[in-house]
Amino acid sequence: MEAGDLDATLATLWRVESPRVVARLVRLVGDLDTAEELAQDAFVAAIEKWRHEGVPGNPAGWLNTTARFLAVDRIRRRDTKRHKYRLVAATTPRSTELDIGQIVDGDLADDLLGLIFMSCHPILSPDARSALTLKLVCGLTTGEVARAFLAPEATIAQRVVRAKRTLAAADIRFELPGPAERPARLAAVREVVYLVFNEGYSATSGDSWVRPELCSEALRLGRMLASLTPDDTETLGLLALIELQASRLTARVGPQGDPVLLMDQDRTRWDRLLIQRGLALIEQIHRLRGTVGPYALQAAIAACHARAATAADTDWPRIAALYDGLVQITSSPVVELNRAVAIGRAFGPQAGLDVVRPLLDHPAMRGYHLLPAVAGDLSCGAGNHEEARQYFLSSAALTANTQQRRTMQRRAADCATHHAGST
Amino acid sequence: MRYMVMHYETEAMENGVTPTPEQQAAIGEYMRESAMAGVLLGGEGVHPSSAGARLEIADGDVRIIDGPFAEAKELIAGFAILEVDSLAEAIEHARKFALMTGVERVDVRRVVEFSDLQ
Repeated sequence: MEAGDLDATLATLWRVESPRVVARLVRLVGDLDTAEELAQDAFVAAIEKWRHEGVPGNPAGWLNTTARFLAVDRIRRRDTKRHKYRLVAATTPRSTELDIGQIVDGDLADDLLGLIFMSCHPILSPDARSALTLKLVCGLTTGEVARAFLAPEATIAQRVVRAKRTLAAADIRFELPGPAERPARLAAVREVVYLVFNEGYSATSGDSWVRPELCSEALRLGRMLASLTPDDTETLGLLALIELQASRLTARVGPQGDPVLLMDQDRTRWDRLLIQRGLALIEQIHRLRGTVGPYALQAAIAACHARAATAADTDWPRIAALYDGLVQITSSPVVELNRAVAIGRAFGPQAGLDVVRPLLDHPAMRGYHLLPAVAGDLSCGAGNHEEARQYFLSSAALTANTQQRRTMQRRAADCATHHAGST
Repeated sequence: MRYMVMHYETEAMENGVTPTPEQQAAIGEYMRESAMAGVLLGGEGVHPSSAGARLEIADGDVRIIDGPFAEAKELIAGFAILEVDSLAEAIEHARKFALMTGVERVDVRRVVEFSDLQ
C-alpha cells in the first residue's frame, strides 16, 4: 500500500471512527484530554502496523480494540501510581484497583450522548462549544474546523485547548445527566447545532452568502442527536427545522452567488428528500404529543413554505398565527420581526409596518441589518419608496456580508428609480 | 454528497428464505449504527422478485413481465441513502454494513444532485 493511500484511509477513518473511539474512551478514562490523546495513539499505532501489513478487513474494529487496550493500560498504570502514593502515606489501602474484567462495553448511544453533553457543556461559551463539538463529535480536524469558521487554525486550536482546560478545571468528567438536569443540557446542545447551521445558512462574514459545509455538519450533528434522543420533541423540532431549511440551500443562491429570497426561489430545485424528512419529523412530534417548543414551532412554519408548490400558495395567515405563538414563548425581537413579515404578507404591508415600527427603537435591534431590510421591503410594498430607499441603505451599511450589502444597494437603487418615476 | 449503498440478493433470499432473527437483528443494529453516525437519510429492503414485475420498453411498447426474474445475483435486495463527505467515507459505512450483516456484495454509487447538473 502506498503512503498516500494509507494517509487518505486513515483520514477517512478518523472522520468516521474517532467520535465513537473518543466517546468510548471518555467513558473509560473520564476526561477529554486523555481520551483524545489515547485515540490519537491508537491511530498512530494503526499507521505503524498497517504500513507494513496493509489495512485489515475490519479497520474500525481494530482501532476500537486497540484504543480500549491502551485505555485499560493507562488506567492500570494510574492505579498503580495511586496505590504507591497510598503506601507512602501509610493510609489504609482501599480496594480501588480497577478490575479490568469489570469493564464492559456500555451502550454506544450512551457513550456518544455523554461525549456530546461534555463538549456542549453550558459552562463553555457557544464558540468554544461549537469548535469542540465539531472536532470531537463530528470528527473534523482542527484545520477543518478553522476553515469552516474562516478562522486561523491557531485561533481554533487555542479555543479547543482553553475549552478542555475549562472543563478539567471544573472537574467535569464523563457523565450522563439525570432526568432533572437533562432538559437544560439538551438545550445547550441544540443551541450549538443551530448556531453551526445558521453560520452556514446565512454567513455573518466572508464573501459567500452560504457555507454549505457548515450546514452539513450541523445536519450530521442534528441527525445524530435525534437518533440518540428519539423522544425529545424539541430536538426533533430542531432537526425538522434544519432539514427543511437545508432543502432550499441550492435554490437560495443565484448564479453569481447572490442571495435568492424565499419568495423568488425556483421551488423545483428544493431538495425533496430533505423536505420529506422534515415533514416526517413534524408528524413524529405530533404523534409524541410533545409540548410545542420554539424549534418545533419554527419547523411548523418552515413546513408551511415546504408544502406550498408556488410562492402564491403560501398559507400566510397560518404562518402569522404560528409566529403569534412563537413570539409568546420566545419574546424575541428577531422573532417579532419575522412575525411582521408574515403579517405583512397575510394582511398587507401596513399591518406589517405596524409590527415593525416599535422594533426600530428596540435597543437589542440596533445594528441588526435585517430590521431595516424588512422595514424597507414593507415600505416599498406600501408605496413609500423614498422611505424604503433609506431603510435599504441603512441595512447595506450594517451588514458585514458582501452579497447581502450588494442586494440592499440594488434594492435602494430600484427604489430611487420608483421614486423618481412617481414624482 | 450522497451515496446509494445497495446490496444484492442471494439465491436463498430470492427463493423466499426469510432472514433469520439474527440477520434481522444485525440489519436493525446497522440501521441504528448509521443513524447514530448522522449519515443515514433513508433506506429500504425489497421482497424477492416473485412479488414484483419488470417493464421492458421498446419503440414505445411496454411489455410487462411478472417476477420472478432469472438472474438472482443481479437483483437488489435493499438500499440505503447516506450523506457523507467522500466516496471513501461511504465505503467505510458500506464496509460496516457488510461486516455486520454478512451480505455477499454491496455497491456504492454516487447520487446525482442538482449541483451536478449545472
